[in-house]
Amino acid sequence: MTTRTIQFKIYRYDPDKDAKPYMQDISVEVDSADRKLLDAMVKLKAKDDSLSFRRSCREGVCGSDALNINGKNGLACLTDLKSLSGTVVLRPLPGLPIIRDLIVDMTQFFKQYHSIKPYLINNDPPPETERLQTPEERDELNGLYECILCACCSTACPSFWWNPDKYVGPAGLLQAYRFIADTRDQATSERLDNLEDPYRLFRCHSIMNCVDTCPKGLNPMRAIGKIKDAMVRRAV
Amino acid sequence: MVKDIIVGAHYGLKDWLGQRITAAFMVIYTVIVLALLIGQEPLTYEVWYAFMADGFMRFFTFLFILSLMFHAWVGVRDIWMDYAKPTSVRLALHVITLLALLGYTGWAVSILWRL
Repeated sequence: MTTRTIQFKIYRYDPDKDAKPYMQDISVEVDSADRKLLDAMVKLKAKDDSLSFRRSCREGVCGSDALNINGKNGLACLTDLKSLSGTVVLRPLPGLPIIRDLIVDMTQFFKQYHSIKPYLINNDPPPETERLQTPEERDELNGLYECILCACCSTACPSFWWNPDKYVGPAGLLQAYRFIADTRDQATSERLDNLEDPYRLFRCHSIMNCVDTCPKGLNPMRAIGKIKDAMVRRAV
Repeated sequence: MVKDIIVGAHYGLKDWLGQRITAAFMVIYTVIVLALLIGQEPLTYEVWYAFMADGFMRFFTFLFILSLMFHAWVGVRDIWMDYAKPTSVRLALHVITLLALLGYTGWAVSILWRL
């Protein structure tokens, strides 16, 4: 079994002990069974159990282990160790308050998510069977429903850094469009009213950091464009 | 003191759409003007004068100035909204920007019709 040693530089901060954050140099030996960055981090945790990070499903579905890896946001469980060379720099997601080490406080992120009412609104009595869609109507939801709310996109967005309390952010807006695009939803106009705001929607300046960073390959900027399209269709 | 986060101003679409339409207009104007001027060598004062004294040219140049000012207003206002946090500072910056753009518009129009 071939092994190699990976050198890490990791952001460490324990508010109970440390006056300020520091970067820890630490290395770990990985073998061919360790395929993803998360595997190496689990070994790091075994070596230094004071290191804190979130992880759960370890297969890119739960979105817990979003980190800033060598300057770019991504999921540790989807990042191939083979793709990393030299010293690997791990930092928490940028722009959010730090709880400890690589764990960030996502309250603000989820507040924005809740503000777009991320659930189907339909006041008709529930039918005997499911509310059906045509295949074409269902296709509209592709590229939207896959979002796992890992926050990689919103925390890569300068507009979200400057106004996290007012700007919904790419993740929230992608989810907002997911319900605007759903033919079973009856609250489209209210949803557009809720977003027609210079801060909530129009802080997006289309710089595409969200598209660049999404570990699921989604395109929040296109969804934001479609929200604007819907507003134009409603107004003109 | 705790301040509520207040959002929901219900505007922004017209500004966003207007910024895109003025951008498209300015690109078309620039391409046409460049196309008309290429080959007009040498570009003397008389050539410029005749070019800008034309009624169509004045009309479209006036629209270009208005487009530029509207485009700049939305763009600069967005910068203040991104970075200037205290409402009083932001309001002051908005007013200064509007007054400056209004002044520039008057100045440009007076130049255009002085020809």
